[in-house]
Amino acid sequence: MNTQINFAGIKMKNPVTVASGTFGYGREYSEIFDLSKLGAVITKGTSYKPKMGNKNPRVCETTAGMLNAIGLENPGVDYFIENDLPFLKKFDTAIIVNAFGGTGGTIQDYVNVCEVLNKLDIDGVELNLSCPNVKAGCLAYGTTYEGVKEITTAVRKVLTSKPLIIKLTPNITDITIPAKAAEDAGADAISLINTLTAMKIDINTRKPILANNTGGLSGPAIKPVAVRMVYQASKAVKIPVMGLGGIMNGDDAIEFMLAGASCISIGAGNFVDPLCSIKTIEGIENYMKKYNIEDINEIIGGVQMN
Amino acid sequence: MPTKLVQAELVKKQKLITNIFKFSIFSKELVSCAKPGQFLEIRVSNDLVPFLRRPISIHSIDKENNIIEFIFQVKGKGTEILSSKQIGDNIDILGPLGNGTFDLKDYKNVAVIGGGIGVFPLYELVKSSPKDVETNTYLGFRNKELVTLENEFKEASSYFILTTDDGSYGENGFAIDYLKKDIEKKNIEAIYACGPMPMLKAVKKLSEETKIPAYLSLEKLMGCGVGACLGCNVMNVKKGSYDKVCKDGPVFLAEDVEI
Ligand SMILES: Cc1cc2nc3c(=O)[nH]c(=O)nc-3n(C[C@H](O)[C@H](O)[C@H](O)COP(=O)(O)OP(=O)(O)OC[C@H]3O[C@@H](n4cnc5c(N)ncnc54)[C@H](O)[C@@H]3O)c2cc1C
Ligand SMILES: Cc1cc2nc3c(=O)[nH]c(=O)nc-3n(C[C@H](O)[C@H](O)[C@H](O)COP(=O)(O)O)c2cc1C
Ligand code: FES
Repeated sequence: MNTQINFAGIKMKNPVTVASGTFGYGREYSEIFDLSKLGAVITKGTSYKPKMGNKNPRVCETTAGMLNAIGLENPGVDYFIENDLPFLKKFDTAIIVNAFGGTGGTIQDYVNVCEVLNKLDIDGVELNLSCPNVKAGCLAYGTTYEGVKEITTAVRKVLTSKPLIIKLTPNITDITIPAKAAEDAGADAISLINTLTAMKIDINTRKPILANNTGGLSGPAIKPVAVRMVYQASKAVKIPVMGLGGIMNGDDAIEFMLAGASCISIGAGNFVDPLCSIKTIEGIENYMKKYNIEDINEIIGGVQMN
Repeated sequence: MPTKLVQAELVKKQKLITNIFKFSIFSKELVSCAKPGQFLEIRVSNDLVPFLRRPISIHSIDKENNIIEFIFQVKGKGTEILSSKQIGDNIDILGPLGNGTFDLKDYKNVAVIGGGIGVFPLYELVKSSPKDVETNTYLGFRNKELVTLENEFKEASSYFILTTDDGSYGENGFAIDYLKKDIEKKNIEAIYACGPMPMLKAVKKLSEETKIPAYLSLEKLMGCGVGACLGCNVMNVKKGSYDKVCKDGPVFLAEDVEI
């Protein structure tokens, strides 16, 4: 039975990764399981310079999901190189660094961080064009063909030696537009979905729970939306797709792969069950046994439409 | 101090007062590394609702019998489901969590102040303090009906005061006012506090005025509980950047944090 995949040049022992921002830089959950079991670790969104993030409260629970408005707090790429990369290198797993433009959020800010990442011993870069929680930058680029193309083109010029994954926002009517833009500008893969912009109001105080008022919805509540978008995006482009949004187990993972994802990512599921990713790998293997699937690559995009 | 994920048996369940339950859990793994002031993240159900784990502080640690206890108030759906667990059930627990604990250091004369359901996490500190340490305990409750753990704390403390806001039991008024009266004449070296925000703010102010260090247990909405999501930030004014309540706390030196 083969569970290995080659995702845009990134070799993974299985199609299960952990999603940016839900796994820190791996340290915390490494106390609970061996990170070498994962297909890849995707780091917290990292910028050229450190970023402070939003005020508290930053998270709250919703029905079958949660909201977050962390505001992309991170210690900056230099800190990552010194402290977290050596730690992650101890494990036999692919390392994908999630990057974004930082406080400025200008194209130059994206280019700056990717210039640094290009020289590191990492397996790939995932570019976050889709974070809904920062005022400048990201979302504006992520929602138009021109925006995605412009920023992907600029980053591609400096990110010459690593696979480039563009992470798409679901806060858009037609997901195939940014998907095609990423492909046209030379991205090696796309990942989707990021969180859906949402709000929760405390009816007693009549105020939103999050200090930022709005936040990003993730968890099983968004899964059907994510599956639909992965299907549409994967049909629209030839580059491979990483699927995520509400995956909690092997069955969910298989659903995304049938929709067209070559690999998947676990986000909020890690909080609920720190072993969610490991159990998802087992669940995928069980499905393969049940249906006599020799190679996991066989099922990618295998949905049979009515 | 590695974090563990365990399925541990509920061996004893007590209802202390209306809506407040004490759970005794058998777990060698948790007991072996638990410290006063740390907390647990409990998954109350395998369903998708409620979604996240619930953070609950450690109340007491019994190393001899491998029992760890926590006390919680039924507030919403999550704690309600938890309260329906039966003896013999396995509870899904992630912990012990937090590097900022109630640590006695070398202090020989300390004050412990708790308010309402904030008194539970303070108990292990008092219970496990060495004989030569003076523990001066001040517990405040809203009224007589809400008083819990009076005998346990009284027995474990060198000096004990219980107050109710309405004077329906014990001393009349706020626990903090009794601590204020005593603090100089008793030569208190450090304060340990857990309770509602107004009480924590008053303790912080008292610490600033007296220059006596105070250790505060903080609560924030949490995502992961382990330091991975950055959801539980509190401003560390010394560093000028955010700390994580779950990982750097939940207990902080009052002068370090903005509350
Ligand atoms: C470090 C820490 C230690 C705690 N220790 C104890 C304890 O020992 N005993 C006890 O009774 N309670 C304790 N609490 C509070 C307890 O976590 C909440 O009462 C509980 O999560 C409420 O869940 P619910 O589903 O019943 O309520 P709901 O209001 O339905 O919960 C909705 C969401 O809000 C969160 N939430 C609600 N109140 C709080 C709160 N005060 N703090 C953090 N998150 C909250 C829940 O976890 C959940 O995600 C502690 C909280 C923290 C952060
Ligand atoms: C607390 C939190 C922080 C996140 N931070 C980032 C981030 O820094 N960069 C990013 O691209 N996505 C971030 N995300 C989005 C996730 O990577 C993922 O796209 C989304 O949560 C959907 O997956 P899920 O439903 O499995 O959580 C974050 C999500 C959460 C819950
Ligand atoms: S709750 Fe996730 S970092 Fe503290």
